[in-house]
Amino acid sequence: MMALRASGRCAGTLGRLTVVRRCARPTAGGRDGSSRWEGVVGLEVHAQLCCNSKLFSGSHVQFSAPPNSLVSYLDASLPGTLPVLNKHCVEGAVKTALAVNCTINKKSTFDRKHYFYADLPVGYQITQQRCPIAVDGNLAYSLSVGKNNMIPKSVRIKQIQLEQDSGKSLHDDARTQTLIDLNRAGVGLIEIVMEPDMRCGDEAAAAVRELQLILQTLGTSHGNMAEGQLRVDANISVHQPGEPYGVRTEVKNINSARFLARAIDYEIQRQIEVLENGGKILNETRAFDYKSGQTISMRDKEGKQDYRFMPEPNLPPLIIYDNETLPANMNPQQVVNIDSIRAQLPELPCVKRTRLVEKYGIRNEHSFTLVNEDGLVQFYERVVEQTQASPKKVIGWVINDFLALLKQDNVKVHQSPISPTDMSEVLNLLEDRSISSSVAKQVSEIRQGNWKVINKLIGQVQRATHGRTSPSLVKSILEKKLS
Amino acid sequence: MRGRTVREVSQALRQGRISPTELCQRCLSLIKKTKVLNAYITVSEDQAMKQAADAEKRLQKGYVAPFNATVVQRLLDQGAVLMGKTNLDEFAMGSGSVDSIFGPVRNPWGYSEQYRERQVEGQDTEDSNWVIAGGSSGGSAVAVASWTCFASLGSDTGGSTRNPAAHCGVVGFKSSYGLLSRHGLIPLVNSMDVPGIMSRCVDDTSTVLGVLAGHDPKDSTTVQDLFKPFELPEEIDVRNLCVGIPKEYHASGLSAETLEMWGKAADLFENAGAKVIEVSLPHTQYSIVCYHVLCTAEVASNMARFDGLEYGHRSNVESSTEALYAATRHEGFNDVVRGRILAGNYFLLKQNYDDYFVKAQKVRRLIANDFLKVFGSGVDVLLTPATLSDASTFAEFTKEDNRTRCAQEDIFTQSANLAGLPAVTVPATLSGRGLPLSLQFIGRAFCDEQLLTVAKWFEQRMKFPLLNLQTLLNNPSEPLKSQTSLRAL
Repeated sequence: MMALRASGRCAGTLGRLTVVRRCARPTAGGRDGSSRWEGVVGLEVHAQLCCNSKLFSGSHVQFSAPPNSLVSYLDASLPGTLPVLNKHCVEGAVKTALAVNCTINKKSTFDRKHYFYADLPVGYQITQQRCPIAVDGNLAYSLSVGKNNMIPKSVRIKQIQLEQDSGKSLHDDARTQTLIDLNRAGVGLIEIVMEPDMRCGDEAAAAVRELQLILQTLGTSHGNMAEGQLRVDANISVHQPGEPYGVRTEVKNINSARFLARAIDYEIQRQIEVLENGGKILNETRAFDYKSGQTISMRDKEGKQDYRFMPEPNLPPLIIYDNETLPANMNPQQVVNIDSIRAQLPELPCVKRTRLVEKYGIRNEHSFTLVNEDGLVQFYERVVEQTQASPKKVIGWVINDFLALLKQDNVKVHQSPISPTDMSEVLNLLEDRSISSSVAKQVSEIRQGNWKVINKLIGQVQRATHGRTSPSLVKSILEKKLS
Repeated sequence: MRGRTVREVSQALRQGRISPTELCQRCLSLIKKTKVLNAYITVSEDQAMKQAADAEKRLQKGYVAPFNATVVQRLLDQGAVLMGKTNLDEFAMGSGSVDSIFGPVRNPWGYSEQYRERQVEGQDTEDSNWVIAGGSSGGSAVAVASWTCFASLGSDTGGSTRNPAAHCGVVGFKSSYGLLSRHGLIPLVNSMDVPGIMSRCVDDTSTVLGVLAGHDPKDSTTVQDLFKPFELPEEIDVRNLCVGIPKEYHASGLSAETLEMWGKAADLFENAGAKVIEVSLPHTQYSIVCYHVLCTAEVASNMARFDGLEYGHRSNVESSTEALYAATRHEGFNDVVRGRILAGNYFLLKQNYDDYFVKAQKVRRLIANDFLKVFGSGVDVLLTPATLSDASTFAEFTKEDNRTRCAQEDIFTQSANLAGLPAVTVPATLSGRGLPLSLQFIGRAFCDEQLLTVAKWFEQRMKFPLLNLQTLLNNPSEPLKSQTSLRAL
């Protein structure tokens, strides 16, 4: 609960959860401002692959199915069962790797990572520790600093690896028992490791957001953090520029986009304080507690765990081909071809944004907003097609008014009753000055279903008729006209 | 009827000289009479009779499979009748089939006329003088040797099929790694395990192989090439054959009898026109240690799943998950298994991994390369002993612990597992004590047909005697002069 005195725009006390915002360089220091600390943030992102079946078994994959209803003999670790690699999962990993400019390892291998836990029936996780499927990529993202100001950033991708998800443990403290649901055990994951190129919570959040968009565009993962399809662990340390990197902690359990930046910034501040007070940072794992907004030490064992990595003997090396290396008579069922996959990649978010800016002359920040909202780009483009209003005018209506209405009612673009045709009609009327902009706004609201604004219309009718109409009659006529 | 091979009996069935249910009944009654050998842990009498009845009705439909191993399923799909599940060393760890929760397996040759007539009169007839069957798949070998079935399956990781087959006087075959599916085979060492086939003659083995071999999509380590079942010729010419005798297999502890028989076999090939030469497999001396490091490491990994939560024994300890796991695993594993798990985990620790596991893999590569070199120089098959000597008595065998016995016994057999090569043991003659002595042939990878052809040629010339179990069958409850109950370990 310490007050933070800082230069720049950083302010707030940790106790009240107003942590550093909008700052690429959180700083803290003595009164003379001489020591400047820099946060160093790397991420390990686990994305659940969007496939019909699990990574090594034929069990179906489905969110929220009845407990233990999607468990095959392999998932339950019955002896004698053997893993068989899911081709679709491999393709998903390759697609993702290509989208972040990774080098695909044409030969990658699988390993066993051993530890005992009740939601891990077989006693080990199959992962790719020695030689993952892809390495050395980079993710470009943009950081919003202040209104209408976006800075391009990038973070190096160390590697992408395929691995199994574990089951779920539900702790029933009342009966001192744990319930295990193995539906998730064995579902395919890709782990995307981002190097510690980020400096604060906002950068990390922006990078994760961009990754999420990419995954959703590719269709390789739904990337929904609330449903556990995207999980982020953060590796955080602080140092003074020019000095070597400090000891890092790992913050696990960040399952919400909302809390990602907060958790990271909290931890950065916590470490700065410890060091400023002459303490040492322990290389430990910490969990983020949503309620208090703090990271809590998870240390319940002394020393680090030894996972006793061993090559997975039941899976031969994974060989991936390209047009050059593809042998002549291969069974197409057994082939993953990088070049074919690359040729079929959809338009990535960054490309889409650039295209929108170039084609329509809109601002960079607007292109982000458009791409960020599922379906909004198509909506915008259809409106532009159908209306005489200029794209630059349309963008304002789409971003400020239409989007605001969506947020108000908490609906998605495809759920909104306002169609692009509706909007373009209104905008056309606006263009030839048949209606004013405030009317246009009201019409939009009504179309969306906000009938409170009817009262305003009734008021206007009253004024126009000099109070000679009955309000309830007007109301019913209007309702009929509007329905 | 006794002494008939798969080939002969299927002819008899087709010709109506015997019916499936009659045959099944005879085998079941033999199982009952030879119960003292302790080959079976489960006799599926009802199921067997039902299957025989179905076979009689010529039902062509497949069986509705619960989780069967692929190799079992392929046999059932071809109409084979399952007599039961056989006894073994616990978790396939051992070379005597004496470390089983169901009690040890006894070698039928210990009750044979051939053995008994050579016993010294007045010799101590304590119960522990029965003869071990070898291991770890001892039950399977005994089941075949005692005529209760026509073929059996075992596993072979370091010799677990070939060793008991050699001691029980039956053919024990380990195919090339990747030829037979391991789906459903409880794993010991995934990179070495092979389902083993045992039968009373080489032809039967090749018949069974024809049913079992070939790619299984459920096992990613099976080769994708199409497998063509083969029939071995009756007339075999060995004049263009090159037989290698690895000099490093003159192990200390090799009995004089075995050495002599090995020499005679080599002469046999040479006299028939084959080229017989001495070859060298220089890294043989490291195979035992290499095998043990890799085996214990994989075992530690494969046994991690036995926590009692999903299946199997589960302790009553409830204080914490860790305590539950520890108690369950301590209770559920015997000390042989526990010892291997502890060793394996030690070798896999990060600080030890390079020095032990990686080192052992490198040595494994050297051992495999030894074979490649020899086969690349024109040698077709290798001829080696299968075991150090004939089978010991139980008393003699248990003077040393499990690990020591394995280390001693596996010397001839485990290299084939390290290198993934096919190997087969063929009974040759009886020892001075009246017990089987066998020899082993090792072949090139995926040249299983050639290997079995050579084995058949040898078998034809050996004319190994039939097992005479008359005494045992006449007095099933009094195998020896003094009657004592079976002692379970």
